[in-house]
Amino acid sequence: MDKLLKNKKTIAIFMLPATILYICVVLIPIIWSGVYSFYDGIPGLNFEFVGLQNYLKLANDKIFITSVIVNLKYVVVVVTGQVILGLLAALLFNFSIKKYKNLARTIVFFPNILPTVAVAALFVKIFEISPQYGLVNSVLHSLNLDSLIQPWLGQPATAFAVLCGSDIWKAIGFYALIFYAALMDVPEDTIEAARIDGARGIRLLWNIILPQIKPILIIGLIFSLNGCLKVFDSPVALTNGGPGTATSMVSMYMFSTSFNYGQYGYGSSIAIFVLIECLLITMVVNYISSRNKLD
Amino acid sequence: MNRKKNVLSIIGKLAIIVLLFIEIYPIIWLLLSSLKGPNEFATNSMLALPKGFYFKNYLDAWNIGKMNIFFKNSVISVFSALIVIICFSVPAAFAIEKMKWKLSKVALMLFLSGIMIPVQVVLIPLFLIYKQVGLLNSLWSLIITYSAFGLPLSIYLLTGYFKSIPNELMEAALIDGCSIYTMFYHIIVPLIKNALVIIITVEFLFNWNDLIFSMTFISNLKLKTVQTGLMYFTGEKGQKEWGPIFASTVIGMVPTLLLYFGLNKVIIKGMTAGSVKG
Repeated sequence: MDKLLKNKKTIAIFMLPATILYICVVLIPIIWSGVYSFYDGIPGLNFEFVGLQNYLKLANDKIFITSVIVNLKYVVVVVTGQVILGLLAALLFNFSIKKYKNLARTIVFFPNILPTVAVAALFVKIFEISPQYGLVNSVLHSLNLDSLIQPWLGQPATAFAVLCGSDIWKAIGFYALIFYAALMDVPEDTIEAARIDGARGIRLLWNIILPQIKPILIIGLIFSLNGCLKVFDSPVALTNGGPGTATSMVSMYMFSTSFNYGQYGYGSSIAIFVLIECLLITMVVNYISSRNKLD
Repeated sequence: MNRKKNVLSIIGKLAIIVLLFIEIYPIIWLLLSSLKGPNEFATNSMLALPKGFYFKNYLDAWNIGKMNIFFKNSVISVFSALIVIICFSVPAAFAIEKMKWKLSKVALMLFLSGIMIPVQVVLIPLFLIYKQVGLLNSLWSLIITYSAFGLPLSIYLLTGYFKSIPNELMEAALIDGCSIYTMFYHIIVPLIKNALVIIITVEFLFNWNDLIFSMTFISNLKLKTVQTGLMYFTGEKGQKEWGPIFASTVIGMVPTLLLYFGLNKVIIKGMTAGSVKG
């Protein structure tokens, strides 16, 4: 059998389709992206090598810097919301309900599978103000809180808040689920032993439970950070970056630079920026978490 | 002591109910609103139940809103990609996990590294390549892209599954004189049915919901997918016709809704498997 399992021809037949497709459509383009970032113009027309010029341009590009800042603000709010609220939900599921756990899990995870565009279209209508009040303004009106009625998506601060809110709303279920799975794996005996030793509430949580699920917390954190740094679908579908630059993210700037203005080289440098951002954050989080292990 | 425990427990349960309500109510509101006639929005409260089942919204969304075209395009591109993903990744995962060759670990690392890649990085080169070969504005660009990006997760899940298939099973078949291909097709493939269900479900969800690829590669209205079409539709008619907007939003979600109600355990397992090992 060993001979059959080592047969080069079989291995090639099994591996080649996937490998070729993957190399051509994923790996090579990544490398090209890096290469393009050192060029300027349109390939085929006036593509010239400009070295680090694109990156220098980035450092001075006000629109780019604004998008980075907005994106970072978004990351801070949404990552905190998704991870902390997800964790709280997981803790609630684990400790507060005995029956219906599956039903709760199913309901809370549900928004996560919905298409981002559909969710955005829904939230636009929930926060609508004209030609008629959407859900929120309608409820405010019926509660006689007319002073709070406002064009939620037409103002920078509230538009940003709605964007963050909808993305947290959509993803809480995912984090609640993975943290809940991790919580279930914490041995009952460990918790019992800690309780007998007098640990209660917050101390039990902080010193016993959280360390036990730390690996999953780190994975969840990295997932959320990466997702938020690259965010594209929801701001595009909800507000298309507006009003003004209130919800303009780095990926969107990359998109418009490349495909609306045809600056493929410059756009590539923004894409590489995003890639490096994600890699760095992942490495930093991993480093910090492994350093703590030694304490 | 018991009293305090009870109060906390009740607060916890209330918090969960509030959370679940917040998570589900918008969808309920969406479904109910999609069945309201054009006058009901202006005259009645947003919280009111629809007067009847105004299905014309759905007909309008399907025909006038062109959801029929968008739906068809999404179905073609996603299902084709699913077929490619399965046909390519199953043999590859088998070769990586079960067959013996020097580079198998390298190959695995190569595919796994693709799971977390930001798609923005490949967007521009792919756009230019597709433009060069004339695949822009064709469903092929989506099929090829979805397939390639579905390989890492699929191979990751499958190698895990293959690990748990005992080698003795393969030995028995091979000793009996099967060629490796027959053994692969008749013995191995049936064993991984569960993994295939997970992969198909997860990849269907990811690709049905895709926006960035379809936005980049397709500008022709007739070839837009459900998501880009929905964006176009709500952009054009957004302010005025709420009923059809809600109906088309629901249409955009219907496959994922159905899939979820049928297979939520599988989906949950699959979506969280990518980040949690085991």
